[in-house]
Amino acid sequence: MNVPDRTLLEMFETMTRIRLFEERVTLEYQRGDMPGFVHTYIGAEAVAAGICAHLSDDDLIASTHRGHGHSLAKGCSIAGMLAELYGRETGLCKGRGGSMHIADFEIGMLGANAIVGGSIGLATGGAFAQQVKGTSNVSVSFFGDGGAGQGILYESMNLASIWKLPVIYVCENNGWAESTPASYSQSVEDLSRRADGFGIPGHVVDGADVFAVHKAAGEAIGRARRGDGPSFIEAKIPRISAHYVGDTQKYRDEDDLAAAKQRDPLERFGSELTAAGLLDEAAVEAIRSAIVEELDRGVAAAKADPWPAADGVTDYVYSGAYGA
Amino acid sequence: MLQAVGEAMYQAMEADETVVVYGEDVVGGAGLGEPYEGAMGGTFGATRGLFHRFGRTRVRDTPISEAGLVGVAVGAAASGIRPVVDMMWSSFTPLAFDQIHNQAAKLRYMFGGQASVPLVLRMAIGAGLGAAGQHSDTLYSLYTHLPGIKVVVPTTPHDAKGLLLAAIADDDPVLFFEHMRLYNTRQEVPEEPYTVPLGSASVTRPGTDVTIVGVSYMAKLALEVAGALASDGIEAEVIDPRTLSPLDSETILTSVRKTGRLVVVDESPPRCSIAADLAAMVSEHAFDALAAPVRRVTSPHSPVPLSPPLENAYIPDAERIRAAVDTVLNR
Ligand SMILES: Cc1ncc(C[n+]2csc(CCOP(=O)(O)OP(=O)(O)O)c2C)c(N)n1
Repeated sequence: MNVPDRTLLEMFETMTRIRLFEERVTLEYQRGDMPGFVHTYIGAEAVAAGICAHLSDDDLIASTHRGHGHSLAKGCSIAGMLAELYGRETGLCKGRGGSMHIADFEIGMLGANAIVGGSIGLATGGAFAQQVKGTSNVSVSFFGDGGAGQGILYESMNLASIWKLPVIYVCENNGWAESTPASYSQSVEDLSRRADGFGIPGHVVDGADVFAVHKAAGEAIGRARRGDGPSFIEAKIPRISAHYVGDTQKYRDEDDLAAAKQRDPLERFGSELTAAGLLDEAAVEAIRSAIVEELDRGVAAAKADPWPAADGVTDYVYSGAYGA
Repeated sequence: MLQAVGEAMYQAMEADETVVVYGEDVVGGAGLGEPYEGAMGGTFGATRGLFHRFGRTRVRDTPISEAGLVGVAVGAAASGIRPVVDMMWSSFTPLAFDQIHNQAAKLRYMFGGQASVPLVLRMAIGAGLGAAGQHSDTLYSLYTHLPGIKVVVPTTPHDAKGLLLAAIADDDPVLFFEHMRLYNTRQEVPEEPYTVPLGSASVTRPGTDVTIVGVSYMAKLALEVAGALASDGIEAEVIDPRTLSPLDSETILTSVRKTGRLVVVDESPPRCSIAADLAAMVSEHAFDALAAPVRRVTSPHSPVPLSPPLENAYIPDAERIRAAVDTVLNR
């Protein structure tokens, strides 16, 4: 492995951050005072961490309904995200969006998106803007195997290919779209094969292996920065989480879930780093307790933060004053 | 109401072999073998049991491909079967807007009456779950604008069953809007199949002082408000239009001619909406009968927000309906 130790530890920290955030949010959501629907990213941490490790604040990502992991990996603050989840004026989107719409444009996070496939055009357009502006920034489009059902993916990929846009399509294939298995709803096992039809290189990686993700992402992002056009990475990830918090997953075979849990990317990376002598129990504990403390503070602050004023319901519909 | 909707689909499928039901997660566990006990049966459970009874040819899970789902429904309907497609939430129908507007709605007309497109798109609507901007729209007004489309907005379990059976039997494309806050409402409905005709409003409470027309969940809320108004000596007549296209304007006009006052309640933004449409229709045809300007109680001109205080401000409530009634009564 020729990845710098510092990067490895940062990715471990990011993955731990995502896992602890999601576990805490699950707990808080179950108390009943967090509005809306929550979909956690547990089990997919290596993908967001491995890809975003290559990105700066000037690079762009666009996400899905399962967006907490992408947001954290891109650098969204825990406090701002929690306040958003609780619908407070201090949230990243001023309480207007919630879990499925977390965004932070200052750091290139173009938003979680509750329309499946809805952000694929956004990410591709972000890449188009980089090309027009002449930057070497890239844009990453995250979507699931379910998202691969949407026509906009294929229209976007064709545009990206003919225009050589600096976009990376990252399909997080967790085998499920709500209760519908990808083995039923998709015509091929490897969705990355479809990229070939658009002249886009497609790769399959084990999404529970952060090294593999990091490597594939490095190549794809390098290619995009050089102006050589889009890539497609399909990360096979285990769906350890339920579809949403509260989903009983009765439609799912117990063996399938058990097999997914065997592939826990965080445990795996932790043992790999420990074996390599980069981590020990005390170091893991230090990382965890710092994050837990940040979460404690974030939850307490968010709950005490002000609600948006009711007459603010029409704020942000337009750029400025709207008519009379 | 959920059960009534499910029963209507079940009975329509029993009666007519060409009725098929499909959509994302309508079986909910396809591919895992059958019968599968934990099957989801749709996001809210309305299609539960259909797969076991009618099998995999007629009841299908689908990929997440709304444009394709509706496009295929149009072609299938034009070729002699009756698809009933579960769109989950109305906010997802814009992905299929071309197929609804340019294909389903216009085929019969453009092809000089040759094509028939007997499909039904079912969907949940409404704010109140904190589901925010991309899940909570009502959108029935948008589709009411489209010539060739029929629009159904049931409020009670009885009407939901009868209207859905009528919609499935109808030879035109019908969009069927189920307010998710009505899913839990309970009412005895006849066990045997029956229809409620499209284009007939229901006067859910007779009254003489003011007419309140409420759409979907707002028809239920209007009825509750009318009950409270009665204890103040105000007799409100409440009308549930049940279908917006076709619209039973006669029932509304007759009522307004009697009461002379109209309040329209609609959980949607106010512009180019059913509330605007009803206000215009009444002003045009019953202006002489109006003792006060028509009042509309609607959502603001904004998407649906997440934050509870904002969402509450978005959804019309009893207080705002009462205030509008007071205004038209000059109280
Ligand atoms: C356009 C649209 N259709 C349907 C839905 C409902 N829905 C939300 S998540 C989901 C499954 C998405 O599956 P996938 O893209 O694989 O992502 P995952 O949830 O597995 O992360 C569905 C059908 C939606 N939000 N948007």
